Amino acid sequence: MLALERVSKTYPNGVEALARFSAAIRQGEIVAIIGGSGCGKSTLLRAIAGLDRASSGTVTLDNEAISSPHAKIGIIFQEPRLLPWLSVADNIGFGLADLPAGERREKVARALERVGLADKADAWPRELSGGQAQRVAIARALVPQPEVLLLDEPFSALDAFTRRDLQDHLLDLWADTRPTLILVTHDVDEAVVLADRVLVMRPRPGRLFDQIEINLARPRDRNSPLFDSFKRSVLTSLDRSLDRNVPDRDATQGPGQAMWW
Amino acid sequence: MAMTFEAPAVEQSDRGVTRAPRLSRYARPLLGLALPLTLALGWELVVWLGYSNGRLVPPPSRVLATILDLARSGELTRHIAATLWRVGLGFLLGVVAGTLLGAIAGYWSLARRLLDPTVQALRAIPSIAWVPLFILWLGIFETSKIALIAVGVFFPVYLGVMGAILIVDRKIVEVGRIFRLSGPAMIRRILLPAVLPAYVVSLRVGLGLGWMFVVAAEFMGASEGLGYLLIDGQQLGKPAQIVAAIVIFAILGKLTDWLIEVAKAPLLRWQDAFGREQGGA
Repeated sequence: MLALERVSKTYPNGVEALARFSAAIRQGEIVAIIGGSGCGKSTLLRAIAGLDRASSGTVTLDNEAISSPHAKIGIIFQEPRLLPWLSVADNIGFGLADLPAGERREKVARALERVGLADKADAWPRELSGGQAQRVAIARALVPQPEVLLLDEPFSALDAFTRRDLQDHLLDLWADTRPTLILVTHDVDEAVVLADRVLVMRPRPGRLFDQIEINLARPRDRNSPLFDSFKRSVLTSLDRSLDRNVPDRDATQGPGQAMWW
Repeated sequence: MAMTFEAPAVEQSDRGVTRAPRLSRYARPLLGLALPLTLALGWELVVWLGYSNGRLVPPPSRVLATILDLARSGELTRHIAATLWRVGLGFLLGVVAGTLLGAIAGYWSLARRLLDPTVQALRAIPSIAWVPLFILWLGIFETSKIALIAVGVFFPVYLGVMGAILIVDRKIVEVGRIFRLSGPAMIRRILLPAVLPAYVVSLRVGLGLGWMFVVAAEFMGASEGLGYLLIDGQQLGKPAQIVAAIVIFAILGKLTDWLIEVAKAPLLRWQDAFGREQGGA
Protein backbone atom coordinates (compact mmCIF):
# COMPACT_ATOMS: atom_id res chain seq x y z
CA MET A 1 0.00 0.00 0.00
CA LEU A 2 1.12 3.51 -0.81
CA ALA A 3 0.40 5.92 2.01
CA LEU A 4 0.63 9.70 1.70
CA GLU A 5 0.42 11.46 5.01
CA ARG A 6 0.06 15.21 5.25
CA VAL A 7 2.44 15.72 2.35
CA SER A 8 3.27 19.41 1.93
CA LYS A 9 5.62 21.19 -0.40
CA THR A 10 6.62 24.81 -0.20
CA TYR A 11 9.08 25.98 -2.84
CA PRO A 12 12.03 28.19 -1.87
CA ASN A 13 10.25 31.19 -3.42
CA GLY A 14 7.48 30.77 -0.85
CA VAL A 15 4.86 29.25 -3.15
CA GLU A 16 2.88 26.64 -1.27
CA ALA A 17 2.33 24.05 -3.98
CA LEU A 18 0.90 21.32 -1.83
CA ALA A 19 -0.68 21.43 1.59
CA ARG A 20 -1.24 18.44 3.87
CA PHE A 21 -2.24 15.95 1.21
CA SER A 22 -3.22 12.57 2.60
CA ALA A 23 -4.37 9.47 0.77
CA ALA A 24 -4.06 5.71 1.00
CA ILE A 25 -3.76 3.84 -2.26
CA ARG A 26 -4.23 0.08 -2.42
CA GLN A 27 -1.84 -2.18 -4.28
CA GLY A 28 -3.16 -2.60 -7.81
CA GLU A 29 -5.52 0.35 -7.64
CA ILE A 30 -5.72 2.85 -10.49
CA VAL A 31 -6.03 6.40 -9.23
CA ALA A 32 -6.45 9.48 -11.37
CA ILE A 33 -5.49 12.87 -9.97
CA ILE A 34 -7.22 15.78 -11.61
CA GLY A 35 -7.46 19.47 -10.86
CA GLY A 36 -7.03 23.01 -12.12
CA SER A 37 -3.58 24.25 -13.02
CA GLY A 38 -1.35 25.03 -10.08
CA CYS A 39 -3.12 22.53 -7.86
CA GLY A 40 0.09 20.65 -7.15
CA LYS A 41 -0.66 17.47 -9.09
CA SER A 42 2.78 17.24 -10.62
CA THR A 43 4.45 18.27 -7.35
CA LEU A 44 2.66 15.42 -5.64
CA LEU A 45 3.71 12.94 -8.31
CA ARG A 46 7.34 14.06 -8.12
CA ALA A 47 7.28 13.63 -4.35
CA ILE A 48 5.99 10.07 -4.71
CA ALA A 49 8.65 9.38 -7.35
CA GLY A 50 11.32 10.62 -4.95
CA LEU A 51 12.49 13.23 -7.48
CA ASP A 52 11.61 16.09 -5.13
CA ARG A 53 11.44 15.85 -1.39
CA ALA A 54 8.30 16.97 0.45
CA SER A 55 8.76 19.90 2.83
CA SER A 56 6.84 17.97 5.45
CA GLY A 57 4.75 14.83 5.66
CA THR A 58 5.69 11.34 4.50
CA VAL A 59 5.29 9.09 1.52
CA THR A 60 5.55 5.40 2.43
CA LEU A 61 5.38 2.35 0.24
CA ASP A 62 4.70 -0.83 2.23
CA ASN A 63 5.91 0.99 5.35
CA GLU A 64 9.13 2.10 3.69
CA ALA A 65 9.64 5.86 3.58
CA ILE A 66 10.31 7.27 0.12
CA SER A 67 12.73 10.17 -0.12
CA SER A 68 14.63 9.28 -3.27
CA PRO A 69 13.79 7.23 -6.38
CA HIS A 70 12.87 3.68 -5.46
CA ALA A 71 13.20 0.42 -7.40
CA LYS A 72 9.53 -0.38 -6.93
CA ILE A 73 8.32 2.97 -8.25
CA GLY A 74 8.42 3.80 -11.95
CA ILE A 75 7.32 6.93 -13.76
CA ILE A 76 6.19 7.90 -17.23
CA PHE A 77 6.53 11.57 -18.04
CA GLN A 78 4.55 13.81 -20.30
CA GLU A 79 7.33 13.53 -22.89
CA PRO A 80 8.80 10.12 -23.73
CA ARG A 81 12.28 11.21 -22.55
CA LEU A 82 13.98 8.45 -24.49
CA LEU A 83 17.76 8.57 -24.62
CA PRO A 84 18.45 9.56 -28.22
CA TRP A 85 21.78 7.72 -28.40
CA LEU A 86 20.28 4.32 -27.53
CA SER A 87 18.27 2.13 -29.87
CA VAL A 88 14.65 1.45 -28.98
CA ALA A 89 15.60 -1.93 -27.49
CA ASP A 90 18.42 -0.43 -25.39
CA ASN A 91 16.10 2.31 -24.16
CA ILE A 92 13.62 -0.29 -22.94
CA GLY A 93 16.42 -2.25 -21.28
CA PHE A 94 17.89 0.86 -19.64
CA GLY A 95 16.70 -0.04 -16.16
CA LEU A 96 17.85 -3.64 -16.44
CA ALA A 97 21.60 -3.01 -16.47
CA ASP A 98 22.11 -5.33 -13.49
CA LEU A 99 20.66 -8.36 -15.24
CA PRO A 100 22.81 -10.73 -17.30
CA ALA A 101 22.72 -9.82 -20.99
CA GLY A 102 20.72 -12.88 -22.04
CA GLU A 103 17.95 -12.32 -19.56
CA ARG A 104 17.83 -8.64 -20.37
CA ARG A 105 17.51 -9.32 -24.09
CA GLU A 106 14.70 -11.74 -23.45
CA LYS A 107 12.74 -9.29 -21.27
CA VAL A 108 13.25 -6.47 -23.73
CA ALA A 109 12.11 -8.65 -26.63
CA ARG A 110 8.99 -9.62 -24.72
CA ALA A 111 8.24 -5.98 -23.85
CA LEU A 112 8.76 -4.90 -27.47
CA GLU A 113 6.35 -7.60 -28.56
CA ARG A 114 3.88 -6.52 -25.92
CA VAL A 115 3.81 -2.87 -27.01
CA GLY A 116 3.69 -3.87 -30.67
CA LEU A 117 7.06 -2.46 -31.65
CA ALA A 118 9.02 -5.66 -32.26
CA ASP A 119 10.03 -4.42 -35.71
CA LYS A 120 11.44 -1.19 -34.24
CA ALA A 121 13.95 -2.82 -31.87
CA ASP A 122 16.97 -1.40 -33.70
CA ALA A 123 15.45 1.95 -34.66
CA TRP A 124 16.67 5.24 -33.20
CA PRO A 125 14.23 7.23 -31.09
CA ARG A 126 14.25 10.01 -33.69
CA GLU A 127 12.67 7.61 -36.16
CA LEU A 128 9.57 7.02 -34.01
CA SER A 129 6.26 8.83 -34.07
CA GLY A 130 5.03 10.50 -30.88
CA GLY A 131 2.72 7.62 -30.02
CA GLN A 132 5.41 5.00 -30.68
CA ALA A 133 7.92 6.90 -28.56
CA GLN A 134 5.49 7.07 -25.66
CA ARG A 135 4.87 3.33 -25.99
CA VAL A 136 8.61 2.76 -25.70
CA ALA A 137 8.59 4.95 -22.57
CA ILE A 138 5.77 2.83 -21.14
CA ALA A 139 7.69 -0.36 -21.89
CA ARG A 140 10.85 1.09 -20.31
CA ALA A 141 8.95 1.92 -17.13
CA LEU A 142 7.14 -1.42 -16.96
CA VAL A 143 9.96 -3.79 -17.79
CA PRO A 144 11.56 -3.65 -14.29
CA GLN A 145 8.07 -4.58 -12.96
CA PRO A 146 7.44 -1.70 -10.57
CA GLU A 147 4.78 -2.02 -7.89
CA VAL A 148 3.75 1.56 -8.44
CA LEU A 149 3.70 3.29 -11.79
CA LEU A 150 3.28 7.06 -11.87
CA LEU A 151 2.04 8.76 -15.02
CA ASP A 152 2.37 12.52 -15.42
CA GLU A 153 -0.10 13.54 -18.14
CA PRO A 154 1.39 10.81 -20.30
CA PHE A 155 -0.90 11.15 -23.30
CA SER A 156 -1.56 14.88 -23.31
CA ALA A 157 0.78 15.58 -26.21
CA LEU A 158 -0.83 12.99 -28.48
CA ASP A 159 -3.73 13.30 -30.89
CA ALA A 160 -7.15 12.09 -29.75
CA PHE A 161 -7.06 8.85 -31.68
CA THR A 162 -3.59 7.81 -30.52
CA ARG A 163 -4.49 8.81 -26.98
CA ARG A 164 -7.48 6.47 -26.91
CA ASP A 165 -5.42 3.71 -28.38
CA LEU A 166 -2.74 4.12 -25.73
CA GLN A 167 -5.24 4.34 -22.88
CA ASP A 168 -6.63 0.95 -23.87
CA HIS A 169 -3.14 -0.35 -24.34
CA LEU A 170 -2.10 0.85 -20.89
CA LEU A 171 -4.99 -1.02 -19.27
CA ASP A 172 -4.06 -4.10 -21.20
CA LEU A 173 -0.46 -3.88 -19.96
CA TRP A 174 -1.62 -3.10 -16.44
CA ALA A 175 -3.60 -6.35 -16.39
CA ASP A 176 -0.35 -8.35 -16.78
CA THR A 177 1.10 -7.60 -13.36
CA ARG A 178 -1.46 -5.19 -11.89
CA PRO A 179 0.82 -2.51 -10.50
CA THR A 180 -0.66 0.49 -8.73
CA LEU A 181 -1.19 3.26 -11.26
CA ILE A 182 -1.27 6.90 -10.26
CA LEU A 183 -2.19 9.07 -13.19
CA VAL A 184 -2.09 12.85 -13.27
CA THR A 185 -4.32 14.12 -16.02
CA HIS A 186 -6.17 17.11 -17.43
CA ASP A 187 -8.58 14.93 -19.30
CA VAL A 188 -11.82 13.98 -17.53
CA ASP A 189 -12.53 11.35 -20.13
CA GLU A 190 -9.16 9.73 -19.50
CA ALA A 191 -9.70 9.74 -15.75
CA VAL A 192 -13.06 8.03 -16.01
CA VAL A 193 -11.87 5.48 -18.58
CA LEU A 194 -8.89 4.39 -16.54
CA ALA A 195 -9.38 5.01 -12.85
CA ASP A 196 -10.95 3.13 -9.97
CA ARG A 197 -10.94 6.36 -8.06
CA VAL A 198 -10.57 9.99 -9.11
CA LEU A 199 -8.97 12.42 -6.68
CA VAL A 200 -9.97 16.00 -7.37
CA MET A 201 -7.54 18.63 -6.13
CA ARG A 202 -8.07 22.31 -5.53
CA PRO A 203 -5.42 24.93 -6.16
CA ARG A 204 -3.57 27.56 -4.10
CA PRO A 205 -2.44 25.79 -2.04
CA GLY A 206 -2.86 22.40 -3.67
CA ARG A 207 -4.90 20.03 -1.53
CA LEU A 208 -7.34 17.19 -1.84
CA PHE A 209 -10.85 18.41 -2.54
CA ASP A 210 -12.96 15.40 -3.40
CA GLN A 211 -12.80 11.70 -4.25
CA ILE A 212 -15.03 9.94 -6.71
CA GLU A 213 -15.12 6.16 -6.92
CA ILE A 214 -15.70 4.96 -10.46
CA ASN A 215 -17.64 1.76 -10.00
CA LEU A 216 -17.67 0.68 -13.60
CA ALA A 217 -16.73 -2.75 -14.84
CA ARG A 218 -13.90 -2.98 -17.38
CA PRO A 219 -13.75 -2.78 -20.31
CA ARG A 220 -15.64 0.49 -20.05
CA ASP A 221 -17.93 1.76 -22.76
CA ARG A 222 -17.16 5.42 -23.35
CA ASN A 223 -20.62 5.95 -24.81
CA SER A 224 -22.73 4.44 -22.03
CA PRO A 225 -25.01 6.72 -19.99
CA LEU A 226 -23.35 5.52 -16.80
CA PHE A 227 -19.93 6.56 -18.12
CA ASP A 228 -21.41 9.94 -18.92
CA SER A 229 -22.85 10.39 -15.47
CA PHE A 230 -19.46 9.64 -13.88
CA LYS A 231 -17.88 12.16 -16.18
CA ARG A 232 -20.48 14.71 -15.16
CA SER A 233 -19.89 14.17 -11.47
CA VAL A 234 -16.12 14.61 -11.95
CA LEU A 235 -16.74 17.81 -13.90
CA THR A 236 -19.11 19.12 -11.26
CA SER A 237 -16.59 18.41 -8.56
CA LEU A 238 -13.91 20.18 -10.59
CA ASP A 239 -16.07 23.24 -10.99
CA ARG A 240 -16.72 23.30 -7.26
CA SER A 241 -13.02 22.92 -6.57
CA LEU A 242 -12.49 26.16 -8.47
CA ASP A 243 -15.28 27.86 -6.51
CA ARG A 244 -17.43 28.23 -9.53
CA ASN A 245 -21.08 28.48 -8.83
CA VAL A 246 -22.72 26.08 -11.20
CA PRO A 247 -26.00 25.07 -9.69
CA ASP A 248 -27.39 23.36 -12.73
CA ARG A 249 -24.73 21.34 -14.45
CA ASP A 250 -26.95 20.24 -17.33
CA ALA A 251 -27.89 23.78 -18.23
CA THR A 252 -24.30 24.73 -18.96
CA GLN A 253 -23.45 21.71 -21.05
CA GLY A 254 -21.73 22.90 -24.13
CA PRO A 255 -18.28 23.35 -25.51
CA GLY A 256 -17.44 25.35 -22.41
CA GLN A 257 -17.48 22.34 -20.15
CA ALA A 258 -14.14 21.15 -21.31
CA MET A 259 -12.59 24.53 -20.60
CA TRP A 260 -12.48 24.27 -16.85
CA TRP A 261 -8.73 24.63 -16.65
CA MET B 1 -8.39 11.45 -60.65
CA ALA B 2 -6.45 13.30 -58.05
CA MET B 3 -4.15 10.33 -57.68
CA THR B 4 -3.22 10.20 -61.35
CA PHE B 5 -2.41 13.89 -61.34
CA GLU B 6 -0.29 13.67 -58.28
CA ALA B 7 1.74 10.65 -59.27
CA PRO B 8 4.11 12.28 -61.79
CA ALA B 9 4.72 15.22 -59.49
CA VAL B 10 5.83 12.94 -56.67
CA GLU B 11 8.08 11.00 -58.99
CA GLN B 12 9.73 14.12 -60.25
CA SER B 13 10.49 15.48 -56.80
CA ASP B 14 11.92 12.08 -55.86
CA ARG B 15 14.30 12.20 -58.74
CA GLY B 16 15.35 15.71 -57.80
CA VAL B 17 16.18 14.60 -54.28
CA THR B 18 18.42 11.74 -55.38
CA ARG B 19 20.25 13.84 -57.94
CA ALA B 20 21.31 16.67 -55.66
CA PRO B 21 23.54 14.65 -53.26
CA ARG B 22 25.16 12.75 -56.16
CA LEU B 23 26.33 15.98 -57.70
CA SER B 24 27.59 17.47 -54.46
CA ARG B 25 29.46 14.29 -53.48
CA TYR B 26 32.01 14.97 -56.20
CA ALA B 27 31.61 18.70 -56.32
CA ARG B 28 32.28 19.35 -52.63
CA PRO B 29 35.94 18.25 -52.29
CA LEU B 30 36.74 19.77 -55.68
CA LEU B 31 35.22 23.05 -54.57
CA GLY B 32 37.44 23.03 -51.49
CA LEU B 33 40.57 22.47 -53.58
CA ALA B 34 39.80 25.13 -56.15
CA LEU B 35 41.13 28.12 -54.22
CA PRO B 36 44.51 26.75 -53.02
CA LEU B 37 45.21 25.07 -56.37
CA THR B 38 44.47 28.24 -58.30
CA LEU B 39 46.74 30.29 -56.03
CA ALA B 40 49.55 27.72 -56.26
CA LEU B 41 49.35 27.40 -60.02
CA GLY B 42 49.11 31.17 -60.36
CA TRP B 43 52.30 31.71 -58.35
CA GLU B 44 54.09 28.96 -60.22
CA LEU B 45 53.18 30.70 -63.45
CA VAL B 46 54.31 34.09 -62.18
CA VAL B 47 57.75 32.72 -61.27
CA TRP B 48 58.00 30.65 -64.45
CA LEU B 49 57.24 33.71 -66.56
CA GLY B 50 59.98 35.56 -64.71
CA TYR B 51 57.84 38.25 -63.04
CA SER B 52 59.41 37.21 -59.72
CA ASN B 53 62.54 35.32 -58.86
CA GLY B 54 60.67 33.39 -56.15
CA ARG B 55 63.60 33.55 -53.78
CA LEU B 56 61.61 34.61 -50.68
CA VAL B 57 58.34 33.05 -51.78
CA PRO B 58 59.35 29.82 -53.50
CA PRO B 59 57.05 28.45 -56.20
CA PRO B 60 55.22 25.17 -55.50
CA SER B 61 57.58 23.16 -57.66
CA ARG B 62 60.59 24.16 -55.55
CA VAL B 63 58.69 23.38 -52.31
CA LEU B 64 57.76 20.00 -53.71
CA ALA B 65 61.37 19.35 -54.70
CA THR B 66 62.48 20.18 -51.15
CA ILE B 67 59.93 17.80 -49.70
CA LEU B 68 61.05 15.04 -52.08
CA ASP B 69 64.69 15.67 -51.19
CA LEU B 70 63.94 15.42 -47.49
CA ALA B 71 61.90 12.30 -48.07
CA ARG B 72 64.63 10.62 -50.09
CA SER B 73 67.25 11.16 -47.41
CA GLY B 74 64.93 9.77 -44.73
CA GLU B 75 65.06 13.11 -42.89
CA LEU B 76 61.39 13.80 -43.49
CA THR B 77 60.17 10.62 -41.81
CA ARG B 78 62.37 11.31 -38.81
CA HIS B 79 61.06 14.86 -38.38
CA ILE B 80 57.43 13.90 -38.92
CA ALA B 81 57.73 10.96 -36.51
CA ALA B 82 59.23 13.16 -33.80
CA THR B 83 56.50 15.78 -34.12
CA LEU B 84 53.67 13.24 -34.38
CA TRP B 85 54.93 11.46 -31.29
CA ARG B 86 54.99 14.69 -29.29
CA VAL B 87 51.55 15.82 -30.43
CA GLY B 88 50.10 12.34 -29.97
CA LEU B 89 51.35 11.83 -26.44
CA GLY B 90 50.64 15.40 -25.34
CA PHE B 91 47.16 15.24 -26.85
CA LEU B 92 46.45 11.94 -25.11
CA LEU B 93 47.56 13.23 -21.70
CA GLY B 94 45.68 16.50 -22.12
CA VAL B 95 42.50 14.75 -23.23
CA VAL B 96 42.54 12.24 -20.40
CA ALA B 97 43.14 14.90 -17.75
CA GLY B 98 40.69 17.36 -19.32
CA THR B 99 37.95 14.77 -19.64
CA LEU B 100 38.33 13.44 -16.10
CA LEU B 101 38.50 16.81 -14.39
CA GLY B 102 35.86 18.29 -16.69
CA ALA B 103 33.45 15.46 -15.92
CA ILE B 104 34.08 15.70 -12.19
CA ALA B 105 33.73 19.48 -12.12
CA GLY B 106 30.65 19.30 -14.31
CA TYR B 107 28.88 16.68 -12.23
CA TRP B 108 29.72 17.54 -8.60
CA SER B 109 29.00 21.13 -7.79
CA LEU B 110 31.27 20.95 -4.74
CA ALA B 111 34.19 19.83 -6.92
CA ARG B 112 33.36 22.60 -9.36
CA ARG B 113 33.46 25.24 -6.64
CA LEU B 114 36.74 23.87 -5.36
CA LEU B 115 38.44 23.26 -8.67
CA ASP B 116 37.06 25.54 -11.31
CA PRO B 117 38.32 28.94 -10.06
CA THR B 118 41.87 27.61 -9.94
CA VAL B 119 41.63 26.01 -13.36
CA GLN B 120 40.17 29.19 -14.84
CA ALA B 121 42.96 31.24 -13.29
CA LEU B 122 45.56 28.88 -14.75
CA ARG B 123 43.78 29.06 -18.09
CA ALA B 124 44.19 32.82 -18.10
CA ILE B 125 47.98 32.36 -18.20
CA PRO B 126 49.23 32.27 -21.80
CA SER B 127 50.46 28.70 -22.02
CA ILE B 128 53.75 29.73 -23.60
CA ALA B 129 54.53 31.47 -20.33
CA TRP B 130 55.02 28.04 -18.80
CA VAL B 131 57.91 27.22 -21.11
CA PRO B 132 60.80 28.54 -18.96
CA LEU B 133 59.39 26.86 -15.87
CA PHE B 134 58.78 23.56 -17.65
CA ILE B 135 62.34 23.59 -18.96
CA LEU B 136 63.67 24.19 -15.45
CA TRP B 137 61.48 21.49 -14.00
CA LEU B 138 61.43 18.88 -16.71
CA GLY B 139 64.58 19.51 -18.71
CA ILE B 140 65.09 20.67 -22.28
CA PHE B 141 64.20 17.33 -23.88
CA GLU B 142 60.95 15.53 -24.59
CA THR B 143 59.20 15.77 -21.21
CA SER B 144 58.89 19.54 -21.14
CA LYS B 145 57.66 19.63 -24.75
CA ILE B 146 54.98 17.02 -24.15
CA ALA B 147 53.92 18.74 -20.95
CA LEU B 148 53.45 22.02 -22.80
CA ILE B 149 51.32 20.36 -25.48
CA ALA B 150 49.27 18.55 -22.84
CA VAL B 151 48.59 21.85 -21.06
CA GLY B 152 47.45 23.39 -24.34
CA VAL B 153 45.08 20.49 -25.04
CA PHE B 154 43.80 20.24 -21.47
CA PHE B 155 41.95 23.56 -21.23
CA PRO B 156 39.59 23.38 -24.20
CA VAL B 157 38.76 19.76 -23.38
CA TYR B 158 38.16 20.53 -19.70
CA LEU B 159 36.05 23.55 -20.51
CA GLY B 160 34.13 21.74 -23.25
CA VAL B 161 33.25 18.73 -21.10
CA MET B 162 32.32 20.75 -18.03
CA GLY B 163 30.29 23.33 -19.93
CA ALA B 164 28.45 20.68 -21.90
CA ILE B 165 27.58 18.65 -18.79
CA LEU B 166 26.14 21.74 -17.13
CA ILE B 167 23.67 22.23 -19.97
CA VAL B 168 22.54 18.60 -20.35
CA ASP B 169 18.74 18.49 -20.38
CA ARG B 170 17.45 18.07 -16.82
CA LYS B 171 14.67 15.85 -18.14
CA ILE B 172 17.15 13.29 -19.41
CA VAL B 173 19.11 13.41 -16.15
CA GLU B 174 15.88 12.67 -14.28
CA VAL B 175 15.55 9.47 -16.26
CA GLY B 176 18.90 8.45 -14.81
CA ARG B 177 17.77 9.43 -11.33
CA ILE B 178 14.58 7.40 -11.64
CA PHE B 179 16.68 4.34 -12.46
CA ARG B 180 18.88 5.18 -9.46
CA LEU B 181 22.17 5.47 -11.32
CA SER B 182 25.22 6.05 -9.13
CA GLY B 183 27.43 9.06 -9.81
CA PRO B 184 29.90 7.27 -12.11
CA ALA B 185 27.05 5.43 -13.87
CA MET B 186 25.23 8.72 -14.39
CA ILE B 187 28.36 10.18 -15.99
CA ARG B 188 29.00 7.12 -18.14
CA ARG B 189 25.45 6.27 -19.21
CA ILE B 190 23.76 9.67 -19.41
CA LEU B 191 26.12 12.64 -19.26
CA LEU B 192 28.99 11.53 -21.50
CA PRO B 193 26.76 10.31 -24.34
CA ALA B 194 24.72 13.50 -24.04
CA VAL B 195 27.82 15.70 -24.29
CA LEU B 196 29.49 13.63 -27.02
CA PRO B 197 28.68 16.06 -29.86
CA ALA B 198 30.14 18.97 -27.85
CA TYR B 199 33.02 16.73 -26.74
CA VAL B 200 34.04 16.05 -30.32
CA VAL B 201 34.19 19.78 -30.95
CA SER B 202 36.40 20.36 -27.92
CA LEU B 203 38.67 17.48 -28.99
CA ARG B 204 39.11 19.16 -32.36
CA VAL B 205 39.86 22.50 -30.74
CA GLY B 206 42.28 20.73 -28.39
CA LEU B 207 44.01 19.01 -31.27
CA GLY B 208 44.39 22.31 -33.08
CA LEU B 209 46.03 23.78 -30.01
CA GLY B 210 48.21 20.68 -29.73
CA TRP B 211 49.59 21.38 -33.21
CA MET B 212 50.11 25.00 -32.29
CA PHE B 213 52.02 24.18 -29.14
CA VAL B 214 54.21 21.56 -30.75
CA VAL B 215 55.68 24.30 -32.90
CA ALA B 216 56.26 26.48 -29.84
CA ALA B 217 57.83 23.52 -28.07
CA GLU B 218 60.12 22.71 -30.99
CA PHE B 219 61.16 26.34 -31.37
CA MET B 220 62.78 26.20 -27.95
CA GLY B 221 65.56 23.88 -28.81
CA ALA B 222 64.92 20.67 -30.67
CA SER B 223 67.20 18.69 -32.93
CA GLU B 224 64.36 17.13 -34.89
CA GLY B 225 60.73 17.71 -35.71
CA LEU B 226 58.86 19.92 -38.13
CA GLY B 227 59.30 22.93 -35.87
CA TYR B 228 63.06 22.37 -36.04
CA LEU B 229 62.80 22.39 -39.85
CA LEU B 230 61.17 25.82 -39.62
CA ILE B 231 63.91 27.26 -37.41
CA ASP B 232 66.62 25.58 -39.43
CA GLY B 233 65.12 27.00 -42.64
CA GLN B 234 65.07 30.46 -41.15
CA GLN B 235 68.64 30.35 -39.84
CA LEU B 236 70.10 28.92 -43.04
CA GLY B 237 67.94 31.06 -45.33
CA LYS B 238 65.96 28.24 -46.94
CA PRO B 239 62.43 29.57 -47.48
CA ALA B 240 61.47 26.47 -49.48
CA GLN B 241 62.17 24.32 -46.43
CA ILE B 242 60.02 26.60 -44.25
CA VAL B 243 57.13 26.45 -46.67
CA ALA B 244 57.61 22.69 -46.99
CA ALA B 245 57.30 22.28 -43.23
CA ILE B 246 54.23 24.54 -43.19
CA VAL B 247 52.59 22.51 -45.95
CA ILE B 248 53.29 19.29 -44.04
CA PHE B 249 51.82 20.85 -40.89
CA ALA B 250 48.70 21.71 -42.85
CA ILE B 251 48.40 18.19 -44.24
CA LEU B 252 49.01 16.48 -40.89
CA GLY B 253 46.67 18.85 -39.03
CA LYS B 254 43.89 18.33 -41.50
CA LEU B 255 44.48 14.59 -41.56
CA THR B 256 44.35 14.15 -37.76
CA ASP B 257 41.29 16.40 -37.58
CA TRP B 258 39.66 14.26 -40.23
CA LEU B 259 40.49 11.15 -38.18
CA ILE B 260 38.43 12.55 -35.29
CA GLU B 261 35.59 13.30 -37.72
CA VAL B 262 35.68 9.76 -39.05
CA ALA B 263 35.95 8.19 -35.60
CA LYS B 264 32.98 10.11 -34.25
CA ALA B 265 30.65 9.35 -37.16
CA PRO B 266 29.50 5.90 -35.99
CA LEU B 267 29.09 7.20 -32.43
CA LEU B 268 26.83 10.06 -33.43
CA ARG B 269 24.57 8.27 -35.88
CA TRP B 270 21.68 8.78 -33.47
CA GLN B 271 21.76 12.56 -33.83
CA ASP B 272 18.72 14.33 -35.15
CA ALA B 273 20.55 17.46 -36.11
CA PHE B 274 20.56 20.19 -38.71
CA GLY B 275 24.01 19.20 -40.01
CA ARG B 276 22.87 15.65 -40.72
CA GLU B 277 20.17 16.74 -43.12
CA GLN B 278 22.76 18.69 -45.06
CA GLY B 279 24.73 15.50 -45.52
CA GLY B 280 27.55 16.82 -43.35
CA ALA B 281 30.72 14.82 -42.44
